[in-house]
Amino acid sequence: MKTRSILLAGFVLGTFAISGVSLVAVTHEAVDGRIADNQYQAMKRKLETILPAGRADNDPLRDHIQVAARDLLGTETTQVYRARKGEDPVALVLEPVVPDGYAGPIKLLISVLHDGTLGGVRVVSHHETPGLGDKIEEAKSDWILAFTGKSLTDPPLDKWGVKRDGGEFDQFTGATITPRSIVNAVKNALLYVDQQGDRLFRPVEPAVPAEREKS
Amino acid sequence: MSAPPSYGHIIGGGLWRNNQSLVALLGLCPLLATTTSATNGLGMGLATTAVIVCSNGTVSLVRHLVRPEIRIPVFVLVIASFVTLVELIMQAFFYEMYLVLGLFISLIVVNCMIIGRAEAFASKNRVDRALLDGLAVGLGATLVLTTLGALRELVAQGTIFYQADLLLGDWGRVLTVRLGDDFQGALVAILPPGAFIGLGLMIALKNLIDRRVERRGPAKATARPIVPATASSA
Repeated sequence: MKTRSILLAGFVLGTFAISGVSLVAVTHEAVDGRIADNQYQAMKRKLETILPAGRADNDPLRDHIQVAARDLLGTETTQVYRARKGEDPVALVLEPVVPDGYAGPIKLLISVLHDGTLGGVRVVSHHETPGLGDKIEEAKSDWILAFTGKSLTDPPLDKWGVKRDGGEFDQFTGATITPRSIVNAVKNALLYVDQQGDRLFRPVEPAVPAEREKS
Repeated sequence: MSAPPSYGHIIGGGLWRNNQSLVALLGLCPLLATTTSATNGLGMGLATTAVIVCSNGTVSLVRHLVRPEIRIPVFVLVIASFVTLVELIMQAFFYEMYLVLGLFISLIVVNCMIIGRAEAFASKNRVDRALLDGLAVGLGATLVLTTLGALRELVAQGTIFYQADLLLGDWGRVLTVRLGDDFQGALVAILPPGAFIGLGLMIALKNLIDRRVERRGPAKATARPIVPATASSA
């Protein structure tokens, strides 16, 4: 009798598990395309704000490679998106991580034009203090826009810092750590692009599979 | 068991008398963490309401099938499935809102309010009452989340329903209220301590209203609980 009741309980529990999983699986199947599309559109809108309008004719989101440069880009591996016009390179978009934000890592999106100047920098996600460090968001202040057009020679390398450290870039009242680490990360990303040169524009090699592509 | 609660009793209990956020103080993690704006509070509240209605309904439907020994794992399975559904649907149709609320949507799974209603109410009552209870409790929580969000937003940056279009589409912009362009707010309101202070004030206000009502007419105290509930959100 006891065995039977245990079996029955197990059966009921199993039934619930199976129906729960099926329900989730069916919904997932139904909305999966839409979610992928949302992510694609959101990323595309972000890229458009930091890439020069009309200069590229490819879709950078479908032309990307994975690179590993922990020292300069702050994370084990990161994507590099390539914007081209025909065969000519136009710009690169990198997704470095600022490892030393005031309250944890800050994710950036940086575009570097082929002449080495910055097309723009945006903060993708952060945990900085609201009202102080969060002025790095474009929605909260214009600070992040000051990077547009800068390069490793403008300002010169030793001026790539916040004003308190003798550099060129503003800090915020009450928050120096956040701007300092972002300026540093942007500089490092520029150094990385400079080091790699045109290698980053090479066509995708079979060794670097661009999987998860959907046409 | 005594007679099942009346519909009015269920609604009044969920929205006001036994408001899970203000009286039972359940689900405080999302309440304190996501209410940095009225829009976020409303989004979180509606997502929670959807889960609680679905889970209450399901739990009530199967209440005779499920043996007491396995009821908790069954509740957890049911709730987890619905939370995943809500998460997927939000990603598909309210992607921007999903990006803002992010992790807290998944964390609805561990919101004690939901398993609490499943255990205390839905597993003992008919489906119609269970659904109504889910709706009332969910909306009660939504009201508190939205009010607290509006309050914190107002004090910190002088807006109400900022970015409401993320949740409600273009006409959400109509809701946005802005007090001048150079509003200098109190930053503390949007930081974690502001959430605790705001919640404390709201609980105090509810107790104050309850006491007033009680003093005026003890017999009518439970008869019209909905009126002050809507009044407090203004």
